[in-house]
Amino acid sequence: METTNLIWLLPLPPLLAFFIIVLFTNKSNKLSHIVGVSAAALSWAGAMVVFFRALGVDHFGEHPFTDSIPWLPLGDGWLEIGVRIDPLSAAVLFFVGITIFMIFLYSVGYHNFGQPKGDHDKQGLPPHGATVEDEHGHKHTVPSVEPMYARFFAFIGLFAAGMYTLVISDNLLTLFVGWEIMGLCSYLLIGFWFAKKSARNAGIKAFMTTRIGDVFMLLGLAFLYTATGSLSYEVIFSEATLHALAATPAFWGLSAAGAIGLLLFIGAVGKSAQWPLHVWLPDAMEGPTPVSAMIHAATMVSAGVYMTIRIFPLFSAGWDGHALTPTMSIIAFIGAFTALFAATIAIAQNDVKGVLAYSTISQLGFMMAAIGIGAYVAAAFHLITHAFFKALLFLGSGSVIHGMEHGVLHTGDHSVDPQDMRNMGGLAKKMPITFWTFLIGGFALSGFPIVTAGFWSKDEIFADAWAHGHTAVFVTLALAAFLTAFYTMRQITMTFLGDAKTPEAEHASENTWTMTTPLVVLAFFALAYGWVGIPESFPIIGGLLPNWFHDFVGHTLEHPMAAPEFSWIPLLTSLTVALGGLALGWVTYRNFKAGAVDPMRKLLGPVYHFIENKYYFDEAYDVLFVKPAIWISEVFTNKMDQGVIDSILHGFGTVSFAIGKFIREKFDTPVINRFIGDGSAEVVQIFGRKLRKVQTGRIQEYMLSALGVLFIIFIALYYLVLA
Amino acid sequence: MDFLSNHLLSVILFFPVFAAIVIGFLPKGEDKLVRWTALVASLVPFVLTLVLWFSFDQSMSHVFQFEENYIWYATINSNFHIGVDGISLSMVLLTTLLTPLAILASFSVKEKVKAYMMLFLFLEMGMLGVFMSMDLLIFFVFWEIGLVPMYFLINQWGSKNRNYASLKFMIYTVGGSLGLLLAIQLLGVLFGTYDIAAIREGWTALSGTIMGMDVATVKTVTFWAFVVAFAIKVPVWPFHTWLPDAHTEAPTAGSMILAGVLLKLGAYGFIRLVLPLYPEQSAHFAGWLAFLAVMAIVFGAFGAYGQWDFKRLVAYSSVNHMGFVLLGIAAAAKAYGTANAHIAMNGAVLQMFNHGLSAAGMFFLVGVIYERTHTRDLRKFGGLFPLVPIYGGILIFTSMASLGLPGLNGFVSEFLVVRGAWGELAGYTAAGMLGLLFTGAYILKGVKNVLHGPMNEDWAHGEHKLTEINTREIVVMVPLMALMLSLGIWPSWLLTVINNAVTALF
Repeated sequence: METTNLIWLLPLPPLLAFFIIVLFTNKSNKLSHIVGVSAAALSWAGAMVVFFRALGVDHFGEHPFTDSIPWLPLGDGWLEIGVRIDPLSAAVLFFVGITIFMIFLYSVGYHNFGQPKGDHDKQGLPPHGATVEDEHGHKHTVPSVEPMYARFFAFIGLFAAGMYTLVISDNLLTLFVGWEIMGLCSYLLIGFWFAKKSARNAGIKAFMTTRIGDVFMLLGLAFLYTATGSLSYEVIFSEATLHALAATPAFWGLSAAGAIGLLLFIGAVGKSAQWPLHVWLPDAMEGPTPVSAMIHAATMVSAGVYMTIRIFPLFSAGWDGHALTPTMSIIAFIGAFTALFAATIAIAQNDVKGVLAYSTISQLGFMMAAIGIGAYVAAAFHLITHAFFKALLFLGSGSVIHGMEHGVLHTGDHSVDPQDMRNMGGLAKKMPITFWTFLIGGFALSGFPIVTAGFWSKDEIFADAWAHGHTAVFVTLALAAFLTAFYTMRQITMTFLGDAKTPEAEHASENTWTMTTPLVVLAFFALAYGWVGIPESFPIIGGLLPNWFHDFVGHTLEHPMAAPEFSWIPLLTSLTVALGGLALGWVTYRNFKAGAVDPMRKLLGPVYHFIENKYYFDEAYDVLFVKPAIWISEVFTNKMDQGVIDSILHGFGTVSFAIGKFIREKFDTPVINRFIGDGSAEVVQIFGRKLRKVQTGRIQEYMLSALGVLFIIFIALYYLVLA
Repeated sequence: MDFLSNHLLSVILFFPVFAAIVIGFLPKGEDKLVRWTALVASLVPFVLTLVLWFSFDQSMSHVFQFEENYIWYATINSNFHIGVDGISLSMVLLTTLLTPLAILASFSVKEKVKAYMMLFLFLEMGMLGVFMSMDLLIFFVFWEIGLVPMYFLINQWGSKNRNYASLKFMIYTVGGSLGLLLAIQLLGVLFGTYDIAAIREGWTALSGTIMGMDVATVKTVTFWAFVVAFAIKVPVWPFHTWLPDAHTEAPTAGSMILAGVLLKLGAYGFIRLVLPLYPEQSAHFAGWLAFLAVMAIVFGAFGAYGQWDFKRLVAYSSVNHMGFVLLGIAAAAKAYGTANAHIAMNGAVLQMFNHGLSAAGMFFLVGVIYERTHTRDLRKFGGLFPLVPIYGGILIFTSMASLGLPGLNGFVSEFLVVRGAWGELAGYTAAGMLGLLFTGAYILKGVKNVLHGPMNEDWAHGEHKLTEINTREIVVMVPLMALMLSLGIWPSWLLTVINNAVTALF
């Protein structure tokens, strides 16, 4: 098949899966997951074909796969939409395809396919387990199948379609379409167990917080479209357009290019959960774990970073390679600040997914900081390695939770939270595959040297920051990396090492193949993907493998940037923070006992309290924004409409009625009555009686009379003036 | 057939009246027969509109086609002159599509079925007449005719506070049109004709003085007379307070038509009369129009978010959505003749159509649940999704269309309005984003309180057990949903017709 046709088709299988499941197969769990998983497999296969065909094209950056069709007739021309796979989107397509497919497969096991229906399970609540009787008449409680199993596959199908649409787009409009479809899916999936108030509210919070970013992004799109007459990458990132935009002043001293870049970036701040719009992401853990992996690795948050990388030419227009443009500085600041800020919160989390949630925010901060300082390739590289190891970690944590739930069902003590790391310990022996893969993922996240992918991508960001003299960013990120290694080792130690802290952890067990296979596949990439981007100047091993990633993705830009020169300082820093953090994490938590006070709490004292409560951002936003918005809506607007505006309307009625009454009493009765005689008097009397009924005090009747009077006046005027 | 093809518009326009009269002669007590007759009769104009659609020359959609012209009121030289261009054609399509759906939605009405159905058909005639008129006086006649059936629909089939609501609706709209009537008379007297095209030609070229007054002043005064009349109908903030009351009290199908079509009459008035007759004044006061539009967008959204009555929430959402229509119109007024104006006006007209679909759908869905539970209080629902999964799915779908989710219809038109307005009225557009944000908030509030959360067990058992949406109700929703999806994915089938007209006219 023609490659461009194939690209058009990529989002179709999961989209069709959504419709097929919703409309036809929703009664059958089996059919639904067959439809869902095979759709993901199909798109993955298509993505691989496209990717490898892209590898086969010489100078692919200059000859990307593109195709477009006219979509909206506007004025004398058309707004065209189309597909485009260039080096950047090809690389992104690679990880998106694999991670989505793996997450689909994993979901089959995670949602207990093949298990009996629960005893008391309800739609909208997580499954609680089913009682089964074995041949000896013993009753066991076993996991029960998710009551909305089919619906889950429909939703993640739509989610995947949104991400594919976003990646293959050749323009920002269809990118935005995919972007928003994912927003809807995140809402539906975070709130998947909608009967839980916490899940329902988390879904709304995610949607609304990201929507704040989205409305700015929409303005950015309108601005860009107005300024350039197009939204297609080819036009807006062309040299002439960028030059013109960089020369046009906009607001606050920004050029049009910078202003548009900033507006679009705010969209990414929401989507990629950067400070100050990070608050939705931790709550998003309310969704089932495959969803967390979907949102935090494969799709949604990556979309924000992908878009920011995409628009790099825009906000860097006019950048000479040294002093950052204002928008770049803002992006670098937000990214670096978020990286450190979220890492500090992560060290005080006890929820196994909570740690990963803040870790995601922090890692996305790394990428944003990298984009901000112009490390285009490094940001893309970290985006991809992070997607692999973070998908791995989330699925691994889901595996842990699932194993723990098994233990909970076994002991029957439902007061034990299967997500709380303080209840775990010693799971390495119970769940070996989960442990080893999680270890790989954790080490990749920490940047464990040489073997893990995370090391190479993070190292490239450090190298770039150092080489271009962005010391503040460098130091901030180094601190964040240290904390990253620390909290990761804390997590691994508390979860897998030492002794089981509860009987539930004693009875945890490894999961089925549908859950462990994705772990193994992703673990492979969490290690191996780093090897495609080893800098040629790296001591000893540099140059053994070509630095494929830099060459390939770098050529997305018209003028690819040179890889930074090698320096020992960033390398040593990177080694120190990674290994130091890991070691310190292990030393601090290896003797952590059940029920003991967290060592960090002792060390940090009141500061810990502050961190534990996420710096009270939720509470502050509630007071500053949510409560006032509710007040404006429920009190102010209703008062304005019913108090002020309607009172004025009713006032018109009252005044007109008074005028009518005045005319009757002072003119009609005395004048007409007296001079026109009894016959008329009788008539007036009848009217009087009628009018008394009108005078009921009811506003609407006053208004009616007001209108009558007005009408008479107008008619009188009409004949006097015009006739 | 010749008669039909030569009189296609008048047949579409008057067939509903004919059907209403036939229904009037049907035997008493045969409610079923009356319902089905009304439904089938209302499908006739729809099918004929499809004929019209396909025989309409889309490339010439800025020119009035299928014109018919008869002497009507010779003394004052007013003719019965009708025709459709691309803008009115899309509105005619919307009207003839929504009327059968509203009639089907009304099958559950039990009282005075005959009168009810007749009123609906009269209403359809009134609305179609406005969209087809090429003569100012018959425009006004149809404009007023549409009010009467709606007044009775609210007043006779409404809920508790219907007297207040129907009177407020009637008086407000009639009161607003008094200025319009005077202005129309002025134009008619001045030019000796009511033909819109002829008046436009003379009026826009006119300068000097009329009856001792500066023409510019007269124009400004009559401009505002037009604006107020149409603004009340749209309704634009601060003339919107009749709308929540009318909707809350109106029967379900009444709300569907009220939001779906009647509000469009106001916006259509802006597009057909205000901008063409008053290009200078419109451009001059574009900032004011944009201000009112943004107030409608923002306070419509806040108002909706502040409601606990589900129907009132949807009613306020109309204020919010119609604000985008006016914003587009304001931008087009300001930038007359530029690409920005074309894009903004495309967005405005498309938004009218889109809002017609989504508002009708939302009101219907509110009606479906109200019929079963006899309450619209959002606090009394909760967690109903497992009880009514199909209804839930449809509600989420329609809510998302209303929210403007990309991939569904609302997004395309809102994007075009924002895009067109940004270049002309950047500050207002940016301020409008606050409303767009809260569109999300109120939509999710509705879904949250009806479908999600812990289930309110009152509706799960016994005599109050909530029943799933039935086939008839699904049939009402399917065409709406299909159109929402098709316009979200492939809007050009409709936008081409609109664009060709808009590009030539504005």
